[in-house]
Amino acid sequence: MTTVTMTVNGKSVSAPAEGRTLLAQYLREGLQLTGTHIGCDTSQCGACVVLVDGRAVKSCSVLAMDMDGAEVTTIEGMTNPDGSLGTIQQAFQDHHGLQCGFCTPGMVMAAAALLSENPKPTEAEVRHYLEGNICRCTGYHNIVKAVLAASGQDVGSLGAVAAE
Amino acid sequence: MPKDGGIGASTTRREDARFLTGNGRYTDDINLRGQTYVHFLRSEVAHGRINGIDTSAAEAMPGVIKIFTAADFSAAGGLPCGWQVTDRHGQPMQEPKHPILAEGKVRHVGDPICGIVAETLEQARDAAEAIELDIEELPAVVDMVAALQDGATKVHDDLTSNLCYDWSLGEENLEAVTEAFKNAAHVVSLDLINNRLCANPMETRVAIGDYDPWADQHTLYTTSQNPHVIRLLMGAFVLSLPEHKLRVVAPDVGGGFGSKIYHYAEEAFCTHAAKILKRPVKWTSTRSEAFLSDAHARDHISTVELALDADHKFTALRSKTIANMGAYLSTFAPSIPTWLHGTLMAGPYTTPLIHVNVRAVFTNTVAVDAYRGAGRPEATFQLERLIDKAARELGVEPADLRRKNFINPDQFPYQTPVALEYDSGNFHATMDKAMALADYAGIEARAAEAAKRGKLRGIGMSQYIEACGIAPSNLVGQLGARAGLYETATVRVNATGSISVLTGCHSHGQGHETSFPQIVADMIGIDASQIDLVHGDTANTPMGMGTYGSRSIAVGGSALVKATGKIIDKAKKIAAHLLEAAPEDIELKDGKFSVAGTDKSIDWASVTLAAYVPHNYPLEEMEPGLEETAFYDPNNFTFPSGCYICEVEVDPETGKVDIVNFTAADDFGTVINPMIVEGQVHGGLAQGIGQAMTENCVYDENGQLLSGSFMDYTMPRADDVPGFTVDHSQFTLCTHNPLGAKGCGEAGAIGAPPAVVNAVIDALHRGGHRHVSHVDMPVTPQRVWAAMQK
Repeated sequence: MTTVTMTVNGKSVSAPAEGRTLLAQYLREGLQLTGTHIGCDTSQCGACVVLVDGRAVKSCSVLAMDMDGAEVTTIEGMTNPDGSLGTIQQAFQDHHGLQCGFCTPGMVMAAAALLSENPKPTEAEVRHYLEGNICRCTGYHNIVKAVLAASGQDVGSLGAVAAE
Repeated sequence: MPKDGGIGASTTRREDARFLTGNGRYTDDINLRGQTYVHFLRSEVAHGRINGIDTSAAEAMPGVIKIFTAADFSAAGGLPCGWQVTDRHGQPMQEPKHPILAEGKVRHVGDPICGIVAETLEQARDAAEAIELDIEELPAVVDMVAALQDGATKVHDDLTSNLCYDWSLGEENLEAVTEAFKNAAHVVSLDLINNRLCANPMETRVAIGDYDPWADQHTLYTTSQNPHVIRLLMGAFVLSLPEHKLRVVAPDVGGGFGSKIYHYAEEAFCTHAAKILKRPVKWTSTRSEAFLSDAHARDHISTVELALDADHKFTALRSKTIANMGAYLSTFAPSIPTWLHGTLMAGPYTTPLIHVNVRAVFTNTVAVDAYRGAGRPEATFQLERLIDKAARELGVEPADLRRKNFINPDQFPYQTPVALEYDSGNFHATMDKAMALADYAGIEARAAEAAKRGKLRGIGMSQYIEACGIAPSNLVGQLGARAGLYETATVRVNATGSISVLTGCHSHGQGHETSFPQIVADMIGIDASQIDLVHGDTANTPMGMGTYGSRSIAVGGSALVKATGKIIDKAKKIAAHLLEAAPEDIELKDGKFSVAGTDKSIDWASVTLAAYVPHNYPLEEMEPGLEETAFYDPNNFTFPSGCYICEVEVDPETGKVDIVNFTAADDFGTVINPMIVEGQVHGGLAQGIGQAMTENCVYDENGQLLSGSFMDYTMPRADDVPGFTVDHSQFTLCTHNPLGAKGCGEAGAIGAPPAVVNAVIDALHRGGHRHVSHVDMPVTPQRVWAAMQK
């Protein structure tokens, strides 16, 4: 076991890690930041996406040791300083972009990375960017809507036909 | 406009805040003091005889606490099957034992053999590699047709064959059906496969067993859709634990879709091992393990035939299916191809004569059970593909052929020839709505435009009806269910007027924490924020059957209406006492009790306070307090229905199919929260589209699962599905429950697959490939391209 130190959600943290400890395990077990989820074992599902130095990374596909000194943001670090939901989180709630909530942390983090790279993505760009994040509940419709809304774009044309 | 927080309001979900901030509490997020970890050594062969298990080297490895084998469970029962199907000769189905750990034989890849408990998961995994297994591999039975042949290798030596049951519905009509086919002006038939699927909720299964020796109290934390059902099945049938000594907790659960209904071996293992070791035992499934141990779904081979008269009216239908059970009977497996499938073969049509035959078969594959829709997608796929084929052969518009045979709105209640009595529906209305929203009439122009771009564009529809609101207990009891299927609610009004609603349902994505309070808020007229929902823990909720089969609002919501009704009745009596009026003169509106025709009134909280501080209270007539429980057992199933229209473009060079539009018009009866209902439809559609376009569970001839990870099993992703147009304005009310609600959870997965395949066939026909009458799901580029070449 080696002690690994990094900055997570703005705070310097240390926890022990084995050579084989994944960043996802380090966050969940070492730091008890259980918002980062593990949904597969082949780096396909994206439930574990976090930001490492501002870029979206599947935390199941990197070793904790290699992240020594890195700056990591997890879902727990996405709220506003007063504890209220951040812009992307609020858009997910407003547009019902989540159901069971399990893929949600990864989706929000991937959306954050997308919007930092491309502040006004098209619907097609959102769908393409989120290809690495699997959701089984929402059919993606409202996730796409939430991401577009979080970017400040009008999502009226994406809406369902409301019942009279 | 409905009031925010009331029935009909798209109130945003209160559960979202914790999920969006990483504060959900899923089972794997729970770690108990002194916790140990179990890793299961699973069979690598599909069929084999266990000649020896040598655990001595593994037991000596660091951190290993105990290695369990079948011998450690000799006093336990097998995992029970909750439904006994009676075959067409009146005989019970063949029902093999399903041991917790393999006894003598392994019967599918992934069958658990040993449970290695260690201080850390890594130590348990390392030790598994040191176990020496002596397994004599036997020929595997994978193909369902081969499994039914004389002399086939048997999955279970103690059964007479691999046939679980040979079941029929409408056996009394068999001669009349045969006669109708003889006299038919047209007969259309279709052979098709309903592809095997894996539910794949994003959270894998997790179980943590805990034991308190001082109270002899067992606790199981598990990823379940129905904690009370697990307590009943595991307590009564497997481990012989009475209910008061066993608590089952299903906290936040990351999706289920049916796969988390069943009682699984790992749950019984962790519960039992925790008692033996007097330490908590935790198991977290990997995704690879999930593919080998979660119940799979669908996997039917069917032939379906339709007889029509000269006027194109359906005169008879005949359906023959072989259904895969896998190696063991999962909790509700036998009911899926029978009572949830055969009974839906009338669809929304007036077909007077129907015969359904289903042979269920054991194979050396993972057990197969319900997955979103369960039986109803298989029935709908047969019907809606067959009718589409009939329309093409007869040269008529598919929508018109459907309309000609619809049960009309004035024919309800409608008794079908396959046991069900539909209470309400208006199939023309949902079809009209879907056709208008999809601009069905405009397809010619769009196809012509697409052709200029070198694409084949086509449109397809399906009209589904399903049986939900599961289920009337006395009826399902006659059909073989070994459980009741009522639901419960307790409404606990607190002294200051706030309310805790306790339900036997379980929310794992459905948003019950938001929608259940909407019902109570609407009935009493108080703000929904004063009401909370408690669910998921047998220690503090009334015995209920959980969430599946689109039943939570239709059955659980009805129980909640009943319990709230009792509360209101009692509260009115208290108010009458306080207002010195007769109870029948008391009216409740907007959280205020008033005496009719006067200006005398008292608010909700004053009445609830009086119930708990009964200083001025009719104690000689009524008990103090304000808490009521109701059990609701439905009189009938509910029957959601709707019309789905899919529009595709096929690339003739590659066979790749793109869905360009998808429209769903559903009749769900009363909708409590339209936003949540639309989300349920979206999710169901993506799963239906997934089945039609990408998903497929594939075994090789030796019983090795080829689609054992997300690298091989193609889950639909954001760019595989379109945006959806959904509508639920064309509704008819359920006539037999107090809400008029029918349920919405499964509709998308039921209606979508035939709409997609019908659209692909339409595109191919428009492109001149008129020889193609069917493409099996998933309609991959390879299959579509190959179909075009013939």
